[in-house]
Amino acid sequence: MRYLPLSVANRSDMLRVVGASSIDELFRDVPEELRLRGPIEGLPLHASELAVERHMTALSRRNMVAGEVPFFLGCGAYRHHVPASVDHIIQRGEFLTSYTPYQPEIAQGTLQLLFEFQTQVARLFGCEVANASMYDGSTSMWEAISMAHRITRRDKSVISSGVHPHYVRVAETMAKFTEDRLDTALPELSAATDAERLIASIDGETSAVVVQYPDILGRITDLAPIAEAAHAAGALLIAVVTEPVALGLIKSPGEMGADIVVGEGQSIGVGLQFGGPYVGLFACREKHVRQMPGRLAGETVDAEGNRGFVLTLSTREQHIRREKATSNICTSSVLCAMAFTAHLTLLGEKGLRQLASLNHARACEVAERLAAIPGVELVNDAFFNEFTLKLPVEARPAVHAMVAKGVLGGVSLGRLYPGVDALQNGLVVAVTETVTDADIDAFEAALKEAVR
Amino acid sequence: MTVNPSGWRPTTPANEAGEAQTVTGNRALMLEEPLIFEIGSTEQTGVDFATIPQRGSNLGGLERSRPIGLPGLSEPEMVRHYTRLSRQNYAIDLGLFPLGSCTMKHNPRLNEKVARMPGFADVHPLQPQETVQGALQVINELAFWLLDLTGMYGVAMSPKAGAHGELCGLLCIRAALEARGDKRAVVLVPESAHGTNPATAAFAGYSVENIPANAAGRVDLEALKARLGPDVAAVMITNPNTCGLFEPDMKAISDAVHAAGAFVYCDGANFNAIVGKVRPGDLGIDAMHINLHKTFSTPHGGGGPGSGPVVLSEALAPYGPLPFAAKYPDGSFKIVEEETAGEEHPGAFGRMVAFHGQMGMFTRALAYILSHGADGLKQVAEDAVLNANYILRSLADVLDAPFAASGPCMHEAIFSDKGFGAGLSTIDLAKALIDEGFHPMTMYFPLVVHGAMLVEPTETESKAALDQFILAMRSIAARAKAGDQSLKAAPIHAPRRRLDETLAARKPVLVYRDPEPAQAAE
Repeated sequence: MRYLPLSVANRSDMLRVVGASSIDELFRDVPEELRLRGPIEGLPLHASELAVERHMTALSRRNMVAGEVPFFLGCGAYRHHVPASVDHIIQRGEFLTSYTPYQPEIAQGTLQLLFEFQTQVARLFGCEVANASMYDGSTSMWEAISMAHRITRRDKSVISSGVHPHYVRVAETMAKFTEDRLDTALPELSAATDAERLIASIDGETSAVVVQYPDILGRITDLAPIAEAAHAAGALLIAVVTEPVALGLIKSPGEMGADIVVGEGQSIGVGLQFGGPYVGLFACREKHVRQMPGRLAGETVDAEGNRGFVLTLSTREQHIRREKATSNICTSSVLCAMAFTAHLTLLGEKGLRQLASLNHARACEVAERLAAIPGVELVNDAFFNEFTLKLPVEARPAVHAMVAKGVLGGVSLGRLYPGVDALQNGLVVAVTETVTDADIDAFEAALKEAVR
Repeated sequence: MTVNPSGWRPTTPANEAGEAQTVTGNRALMLEEPLIFEIGSTEQTGVDFATIPQRGSNLGGLERSRPIGLPGLSEPEMVRHYTRLSRQNYAIDLGLFPLGSCTMKHNPRLNEKVARMPGFADVHPLQPQETVQGALQVINELAFWLLDLTGMYGVAMSPKAGAHGELCGLLCIRAALEARGDKRAVVLVPESAHGTNPATAAFAGYSVENIPANAAGRVDLEALKARLGPDVAAVMITNPNTCGLFEPDMKAISDAVHAAGAFVYCDGANFNAIVGKVRPGDLGIDAMHINLHKTFSTPHGGGGPGSGPVVLSEALAPYGPLPFAAKYPDGSFKIVEEETAGEEHPGAFGRMVAFHGQMGMFTRALAYILSHGADGLKQVAEDAVLNANYILRSLADVLDAPFAASGPCMHEAIFSDKGFGAGLSTIDLAKALIDEGFHPMTMYFPLVVHGAMLVEPTETESKAALDQFILAMRSIAARAKAGDQSLKAAPIHAPRRRLDETLAARKPVLVYRDPEPAQAAE
């Protein structure tokens, strides 16, 4: 078997050294009646690399590939072009096959990269500090709510109706067990966000206000008045960013007063991958760093005075603090963080601005064309690369009808909010730099037909 | 005969002592590398774009006005920067990585190729179900294998890593208890447990109590039985445990826990030792996470991404989270999420993540499992256990092995720092191992062994690699016992000497700050 180096001769030599007459003797603590005799019945035996590759190729071909069709899906996962050099870097065995950097003398590569990642995330989000990554955006948002609870010692969070419904579901799931109170609402198909509702809901028991920016319908709104109202009541503002490319063009949540900014980093450097692995981004004010979850890389010096990096402030973490830790997170998403950093380093500020401008210009063009289809209305006043259309028919069947024409034409709000009648005609459309003129033509034609 | 006018001669080594210092700080292949903030520029980019069409914007007056401060590099500079950094890392591709409980085994490159197939890598999680049948089939096939290998009833695939899987398991337990109107407050965790176990229990809203280990390194069954009662929701056990020992009383433990109305959670971090040899379902376990990034070889990537599917007993399966992939009688696959959960899975405790879990890890793990097959996976456990016992017996005369007398270990061997010379501790041995070209073992864990050294070689090490490691360990152990204080200087050959972790924690520098511009002369 190709991944197992021991030969039959090795095994018998080693058994002799161990002082066992058979391999079974080493398993003697496993009660005999429970031990499996041979390979588990009904399961296939080992296979060649060629055979496995063939099987997996066949499964791969049973999916519609985003890059092979006109593709306009977003809602928390975005298709951007990832330069080849980014994947090359994360496939370096020294990064790919390394562990969490517990031994800093031989992990400076990972640690310095994480220090660069933390700095990039902090600057992009307009925050003072960032951690070395979380699982994804949705779990980061719950961790932020939980962190705000520890900081304010209050247990009520007001969540904007513009937050991704899956993220809200994750928070509701956890809150059920921690008994945190969450004030949630459903979005409306209108250009205005629920900023006024949020501000009106803040009271002396509010721990945090949670806002997504841009939100699930692609809307963008000034966070400063919400931050001001939250701070006046002693609450924190948590901003959630699911499309960080937007921040190349629009103000960061930090500069508008957000205290904790979390996000999904997938859209920079990480592919769609049917939902994972992705990379959670987590940034905050320096004064709150000891309440932060997750790993942190920090700068220090070695015995000879040379600059080096280590994992630090680990007294917050589960392997030291156990049940008193700020989170139970251990393994996070470092390799995806590396892809994020390699891609963002390749872009630089200039490239990020260009990428964001290109996305926005393309989205404006598509919005204009689709809104010209009779019966189709553009919901948003303002947006970055994603906007919502109100169709004259239910959007879910329209999406399936477009699939039949070979077009992946957006996410229907019916999929995200099943059973909510007022949202059934909503279609969320994302437009990135990967969309071609021919894609737009095909989408326009398919949508026209689907709403007829 | 031609004359060589260039002055070239074949080299002959001279014996003169060279300068120890270089002007660059580099030492041949050991290269220093600044931060991108020191070498990049916000005006530089390594990406070319199509021309941006000129048109009005729709940004609602939120245009960014301030600079962000993100330096860019051209492609050759970016590739060189990170390649140079990569060379300061140790990795399983370079040598034995014996971190106990971490299962650092070889990461087959077929898996990387498979994960990058466009049908897996370039598929959106919210695509209509008819366009992702192959992706759902991958999840379903992997789920089928995990269930057969563990003898369990259901599996939740969405947890993102081991600790997230623990959380999923405990939430299933909590939901099951609440469904029968039984609110219990306490989770029992052995002293030797991974730190994630108590942290997870607290995160799930439970208070945590320790249960002691006996002298043989196992759970003290009598002490456990004495503590069980109507307030105990679950017992979290690691089996094989973190001392590298199988819990022979596991079935009796499970029976006692069940008799008290509680559930058994098993931390599956050490499943590599028993895969194909014994099934957790036969041990009475109710929930166990499986680290695909350990047992099933998906790369650890310097700290993730991981993947932590949770297998569940018949009692807990009805409470597993949404969404999940289900196979229908006509052979098609569907995603069961909130919309149809009322009919198909009404007990679901909720949702753990935005989408479907770590697809990129599922494809890799499935490729790994298919490569090994049922026979190969059994061989994996046997070779992993044989390698660990070979190390245990090859070092037991030079290092204290607290449980060696009680019999063979499973996939990892544990040693203590007993007998080390004055002032020397486990960390000194570990750092000396770096100079010998190895990654250290897990240190000071589990807490029940003084100065613990937990060595897990895995099955993907050859006998020659083990022999090299043993040679290095024997030499360092002898130095430690002889009180060789030079160990405290180790490592001396690594890219960095020992780092000041105290300073890092006391004055945290977590992001790069641009140097203040120099004051203009008055």
